[in-house]
Amino acid sequence: MTTEAPAPETPPAPEKPPAKAKEESFLNLFLHNLWSANTVTVTILSIFLALVIGAVLIVISDPTVLSTFSYLTSRPSDALTASWDLVSQAYADLFKGAIFDPAAVRAWIDGSGDWKTALNPLSETLTYAAPLVFTGLSVAIAFRGGLFNIGGQGQAVIGTITAGVAGFAIALPAGLHLLVALAAGLIGGALWGFVPGLLKARTGAHEVITTIMLNYVATLFLGWLILQSGVQDPGRTDAVSKTIASSAVLPALPQPLRVHLGIVIAVLVTAAVAWMINRSSFGFELRAVGVNPPAAKTAGMSVGRTYILLMVVAGGLAGLGGAVQVLGTADRLTGQVAGNIGFDGLLVALLGRNKPWGTFFAAILYGALRAGGNLMQVDVGVSLELVTVLQALIVIFIAAPALVKTIFHLRNARSARLGTTMAKGW
Amino acid sequence: MSGVSTATVEDLTESSAPERFWNRQRRLGAALVIIGLIAAVVFGSLAESAPARFTLSEDAQGAALSINGQFGAILFGIVTVAAGAALLAGVARRWQTTLLSIGIVTFVFSFLCWQVAGKFLPLVDTLSGSLELALPLILGALAGVLGERSGVVNVAIEGQFLMGAFGAALVGTLATSVWAGLISAVIGGVIIAALLAVLAIRFLVDQVVVGIVLNLLALGITGFLYERLMQPDALKYNSPPRLPEWRVPGLADIPVIGPVLFDTNLLVWLALALVVVIHLALTRTRWGLRTRAVGEHPTAADTVGIRVRGLRYLNVLLGGVVAGAGGAYFTLVSTGAFNKNMTAGAGFIALAALIFGRWTPFGALGAALFFGFAQKLANYLSAVGSPVPNQFLNMLPYLATIVAVAGLVGRVRAPAADGVPYVKS
Repeated sequence: MTTEAPAPETPPAPEKPPAKAKEESFLNLFLHNLWSANTVTVTILSIFLALVIGAVLIVISDPTVLSTFSYLTSRPSDALTASWDLVSQAYADLFKGAIFDPAAVRAWIDGSGDWKTALNPLSETLTYAAPLVFTGLSVAIAFRGGLFNIGGQGQAVIGTITAGVAGFAIALPAGLHLLVALAAGLIGGALWGFVPGLLKARTGAHEVITTIMLNYVATLFLGWLILQSGVQDPGRTDAVSKTIASSAVLPALPQPLRVHLGIVIAVLVTAAVAWMINRSSFGFELRAVGVNPPAAKTAGMSVGRTYILLMVVAGGLAGLGGAVQVLGTADRLTGQVAGNIGFDGLLVALLGRNKPWGTFFAAILYGALRAGGNLMQVDVGVSLELVTVLQALIVIFIAAPALVKTIFHLRNARSARLGTTMAKGW
Repeated sequence: MSGVSTATVEDLTESSAPERFWNRQRRLGAALVIIGLIAAVVFGSLAESAPARFTLSEDAQGAALSINGQFGAILFGIVTVAAGAALLAGVARRWQTTLLSIGIVTFVFSFLCWQVAGKFLPLVDTLSGSLELALPLILGALAGVLGERSGVVNVAIEGQFLMGAFGAALVGTLATSVWAGLISAVIGGVIIAALLAVLAIRFLVDQVVVGIVLNLLALGITGFLYERLMQPDALKYNSPPRLPEWRVPGLADIPVIGPVLFDTNLLVWLALALVVVIHLALTRTRWGLRTRAVGEHPTAADTVGIRVRGLRYLNVLLGGVVAGAGGAYFTLVSTGAFNKNMTAGAGFIALAALIFGRWTPFGALGAALFFGFAQKLANYLSAVGSPVPNQFLNMLPYLATIVAVAGLVGRVRAPAADGVPYVKS
């Protein structure tokens, strides 16, 4: 292609707030801070930048639109309208699939459609978001203690196994059965987190390596387990387990809505984790260890014990995410039951800046992108992988506030709170 | 604190007791004695009393090293015990590594005698298969060595692999030239490396985070373009030529070593040569000295006039070249077509090999070969119908890595400034 990279949406020129105003009225203060590198502005601009780059990708990967660029100089309007139509349709679908479809809402109001269709996009968003809240919290809490838990995937897989097996192998009254299955997922994940924690504390084995390896081990174990008699569905020859008993399934809204109680549990767990990090003595210890292990040791804390406990908690959270996935969204174990929730949890935590409620809302955003991406794929044929690109780009820009600041010529924020506490190197 | 490391769980409880008697050497010795006993007793009793043949050719015929399976399992188990006992008895420190290696190798031999008894193991195929599986890991770990010795953590090896593999498939097909494919694989790796360098060095983003996210970005972009371009028209966009196998006349006729090393593709030679070159460059050249200085103590390096950021940019980009070439393995050597997420975590294994190999080229080579061998062995054993289920055999490389990292390596020390951005004050 000889033309320059097409950018259907150009970044808006920075709106210069009146700088001459001497008196700091609220409006002035607001406008002044609006274009500074504060958390909210950077987050919104990051999402915007990601969408712009995504638009470029959509255009350059579409042969028919791309062909209109071959005569860009003679009839530029063709190329521009074709690009604009494609991109705007894709992003409109992203919105319709994630939040609401105006047509469906109008139909609901004038009585020709029902409320379920109108609420379906939101239901999908929350369904995808629910397990991500747990895996995101798992990564976030480990980060706060200075550990890099890449093992969320393996812990979630083990969580799906223990919760799933508890869901179909034992018979208990409704309600109690659900609690037992959720607890099984929690314990399974916690055990899978305990191993790298113990190895880290006792032998110094780096948790990044051990958790990555345990991810593979967990996935392989799942692949073996679902083919065993007693686990595999007797009526099937492929790798599918028995169906989970209805007494262990998370209650959901009526069909076709899929959103289930998992999102409510997610809210409660987020509140609990927020309390644990900020208010409990364990939270204080883990933050102290995360900031400066030698200092924490000098102050009388046991760094090793904190690491072990932290990994148990992180593993338990990821295991609970796996349990919510299998008891809420899937109704049986398959090889892919946990999908990618563990790895997505990493990004959710990064996007949420490792804060519990930040992680919660980041998970909602990711769920929305995923739900919208499905519609986009079906409707315009833009691959769901675009959502992966968008998710990655958003996190890159969020993690590099200096980059966003340079691109948009943002002011310095009044308080420099954009730095994030991360695991330091190795 | 340093040197606290164990090999078995039984031993782990002892390490908590602060007894000086149980130093690292004694604990390793005890571990070897235990696994040696397991090998002699368990493997020995399970093994068939039939010859285990390790053939020099590709098939069951021809010259072979043969040993009775049961006898071999017991014999090698006893050698492991002996090596462990020597360590326990407190031999001189300089023998420690040698004895440890002997113990581990004989343990593996004992295991092999048990599994191969009554069957045969083609040595050439096993060795060349191990080397081929290790190939991307060697290149990936070398990319890591380049970046991390100068102080930039490179978790984006996976992303560099993917972009390299994708670039090789796309351009290799469009240009119908394997060399064009190889060059664009390198460019693909460098693109991700450049992003990593700019974000980590210029914009001071946490390097582990950038790495993880760049992996995802590469996964998304290659997956997206794969679905939009390659899947609809594989012939036009996704059928690159394969890297030719070259045979060195004369040298290729050496038994075992010849076919493995001298009848193979260019990437193998490139990888092995790079190990030596990077090792020599790091230890013997001005560039190497500066790289290590920047990785250990950037402030001191800056004081004597070394351009810290410039050198880090250079090294990360060089790493991108190497990792991109490693990505070419997946499309130009291994499968001959790109597929979504085809690297399947190899970049992370390379990262583990880098840490396992203690940030040195030869260490990385050894770790990568170890991993490749474990994987090849798992493939072989599942092919000959081992009683152990397939999935558990496939866990072997991962579990071995955990044991190795926890037990043998212990607390490794990264370059002091690894992952710390340098801000000139």
